[in-house]
Amino acid sequence: MTKHDKLSNSFRNQPDERGHFGQFGGRYVAETLMPLILDLEKHYRAAQADPAFAEEFDDLLEHYVGRPSPLYFAERLTDHIRKEAPEGKGAQIWFKRDELNHTGAHKINNCIGQILLAKRMGKTRIIAETGAGQHGVATATVCARFGLPCVIYMGATDIERQKPNIFRMRLLGAEVVPVTSGSATLKDAMNDALRDWVANVHDTFYIIGTAAGPHPYPELVRDFQSVIGREAREQLLERTGRLPDLLVAAIGGGSNAIGLFHPFLDDPDVDMLGVEAAGHGLNKQHAASLAGGKPGILHGNKTYLLQDEDGQIDEAHSISAGLDYPGIGPEHSWLKESGRVRYDSVTDTEALEAFQLLCGTEGIIPALEPSHAIAAVAREAVKMDKDQIILANLCGRGDKDIFTVAEALGTEI
Amino acid sequence: MTGLSSSFPTDRAALVAFVTGGDPTAADTGAILDALVEGGADIIELGMPFTDPMADGPAIQAANIRSLSAGTKTADILSIATAFRERHPTVPLVLMGYANPMTIRGADWFADACVNAGVDGVICVDIPVEEDDSLGDALRAKDVAVIRLATPTTDNERLPEILNNASGFLYYVSVAGITGLQQAAQASIEEAVARLKAGTDLPVAVGFGVRTPEQAADIARVADGVVVGSAIVEIIAEHGADAAPHVKDYIKSLSDAIRSAR
Repeated sequence: MTKHDKLSNSFRNQPDERGHFGQFGGRYVAETLMPLILDLEKHYRAAQADPAFAEEFDDLLEHYVGRPSPLYFAERLTDHIRKEAPEGKGAQIWFKRDELNHTGAHKINNCIGQILLAKRMGKTRIIAETGAGQHGVATATVCARFGLPCVIYMGATDIERQKPNIFRMRLLGAEVVPVTSGSATLKDAMNDALRDWVANVHDTFYIIGTAAGPHPYPELVRDFQSVIGREAREQLLERTGRLPDLLVAAIGGGSNAIGLFHPFLDDPDVDMLGVEAAGHGLNKQHAASLAGGKPGILHGNKTYLLQDEDGQIDEAHSISAGLDYPGIGPEHSWLKESGRVRYDSVTDTEALEAFQLLCGTEGIIPALEPSHAIAAVAREAVKMDKDQIILANLCGRGDKDIFTVAEALGTEI
Repeated sequence: MTGLSSSFPTDRAALVAFVTGGDPTAADTGAILDALVEGGADIIELGMPFTDPMADGPAIQAANIRSLSAGTKTADILSIATAFRERHPTVPLVLMGYANPMTIRGADWFADACVNAGVDGVICVDIPVEEDDSLGDALRAKDVAVIRLATPTTDNERLPEILNNASGFLYYVSVAGITGLQQAAQASIEEAVARLKAGTDLPVAVGFGVRTPEQAADIARVADGVVVGSAIVEIIAEHGADAAPHVKDYIKSLSDAIRSAR
């Protein structure tokens, strides 16, 4: 096989120089932003070639974020699932513990990378959008750490269901701007962040929280989050001497999933499953863009979107604010169409059950986002042999969600 | 080259008027467009409503929501355009909007729809020249003008790329920001228009934040066209289905100012 063949057969050499993942991705932004996006790409290429950038990133991940995050064999969850599995079935379940990161989710990995880029570009003001508030907290955290003013756009609906995170962001010195337009959730927060950015291009850096948006964001967010998959690969090899049979991760925009998957994409024996939020059910209101959407253009990229026949964007629904988005990162759209990654979905009810299952079997309170992954893990594990390994990303902790869960379970706190 | 660029008057600036199609309802837009023409607008920009108008300020966001809430579909916008073309065979008509509603049925479908509706040109806010092949080729093949936007962040190095394959006119967005909120300083507009005109023979129209006859006249002294949008949309917000006469009066005040500017 020639070098060229090898490259063309790789799933890890996307996007192309225009930021396209097959037909997806790209740079669909207003002209005002275009020069800035091109400048960001130039600075990112320079940072990639600069060992000092990687060194500072790695140092902060180790000493500030607390990486590497542990890889944990969930023995009691595995046993619990085996009890209900057919004879000989019930795969081993391992979790990548990214919920143990500083700020309680994987979001901080990307924020460290982007604020270092912002510094390199001489930007003095940071903006971000947030859904569940985890990315907002992570952004406010790095802004406090680097002494930069921070404005977080958050849908008014999300503010209502994520009050603890609002207080955290304000404690960290961020201004939280409630967004009331549209459905007042993540997509509308992203619209308002883009409107702020277009009016403040000269001094402002937009830290996008997921592997979506105009090129080069999907690529650089993936690269910063790929630390998850690189660590997991090394840790599992060291502990078991083998690669996992199946990777599982929840998907809203898809940054924790692409971060886990990407380092394994060229390992043909590693199966991968991305889990979208089926909300009230795929035939009702949900947030599963791949399952229920079709390709379109929103927020700077072409990707699968929930939309009507005229291309008007539908409102998404998930109990998990972090998954409540009518789109998905463009690389996932491409991985779906190429067949490399399977995608499935989990309802609000199933995620709530999985949330409680992990609390009871492992003493870990997961966020509602990875609860979707856990539900899918339980579904898959019973179909797999006992000696097989599932590695799932526990991308956030559930402290922020206890009010939502209490309400869903009809309990008063 | 389409006929759009030659439709600009030679002895004065053109008045380019924007309204969101279907605001407050699709049934009202025809009368509002007629009011624009009767008031003295030279070129009509008909906005295609979108759920997520990222480049627009509060006034046009609200217009998009009103239109969609009233049930406006893409088919309605095309019907509005078709009917306008029948009533006004020679008044230039441009569709303005976002990529997703324009490309959802395919670029060729949209280009054909423009031709059938008598649309002379298209302004797509979120398809920069880097993604031109997702719509521009199809429009040019059908002789529909691809109107490009230049902004204060478009430097001299980038300008030729924007002008490559541009047609109709060049729309200078005079403020780095969203529609309707602030107006650029006259000096910066003059400098920018001179820079743009040095690079192209296309007419240069200037917009974003233009509200008063005085502002329109100032721009009309240096540019080939003055674009007004949010201020008209605010009149429609205030008067709803009865907006047409108010729109006509307002447009007349701008048109008079532009006609006596030079």
